[in-house]
Amino acid sequence: MAEKTIAGKQVNVSEEGYMEDMSQWNEDVAKEIANEIGIELTDKHFEVLNYLRDKTAAGESLSIRSVGKSGVVDVKGLYKLFPKGPLKFSSKIAGIPKPTSCI
Amino acid sequence: MEAKEKKPLEKVCMICAKGSLEDVYATLVMANGAVMEGIETKVFFTFFGLDGITKKAMNHLHTATTGNPAMRMPGGLPFPTMLGGLPGIESAVSSMMRKQMEELDMPPVDEFLELITAGGGEIYACKLAMDMFKLELKDLSDEVSGILTIGDFYEMCDGDRTQIIFT
Repeated sequence: MAEKTIAGKQVNVSEEGYMEDMSQWNEDVAKEIANEIGIELTDKHFEVLNYLRDKTAAGESLSIRSVGKSGVVDVKGLYKLFPKGPLKFSSKIAGIPKPTSCI
Repeated sequence: MEAKEKKPLEKVCMICAKGSLEDVYATLVMANGAVMEGIETKVFFTFFGLDGITKKAMNHLHTATTGNPAMRMPGGLPFPTMLGGLPGIESAVSSMMRKQMEELDMPPVDEFLELITAGGGEIYACKLAMDMFKLELKDLSDEVSGILTIGDFYEMCDGDRTQIIFT
């Protein structure tokens, strides 16, 4: 566990850079993490991020399949928003733990 | 100490030659996993593996209930080989397995293929095996990009951070 300053905010992150306390997250933190990955966030991105955060807060584990069926975004759309890391990058930017599902 | 430079995989090429439930799913899980990691992914289905992309067969794959020493009864007791050979048993066990997989959010094969191609993964059928089983492109899932010879497939497997995986 390490502390990192993201967008002027002190946050706890794992070795791989996933936030460990989702309450430390805000939109500026998201934008800076996305920036590091090379993604510019749009409203559609935030719609997905908020969905991921809601599901995580409810204790549900996420898979690309469940997100694709959420009605928020389909699988193709998810890949478009978060190229090369539909679940990993989106989780990182959403300030939630690294996904544990293989699917 | 010398710091070792990480050399992440850039491409995986997978070959699925067997048509049992577990063989096809091993291929699909690994292929989809690679796509989700941002790795370029090509999957080549050949011989009995073609069942995994054939419209008629793909959502009804079976697992072998005879000759499979790892097969157990629900609860963990050994599964008698004689029982596995009775009519209907293989079908019943296989549908039970598919149900359990569905509970773990593993999609049916047709949907799994869609997941892979939605992320840019490519799926191919082996020409020789297609001829052998008298199959045509129209018999295959719409997610299949084409029919290739093994030579064509090897040509796609270039690059020094490429791995070929045979499942």
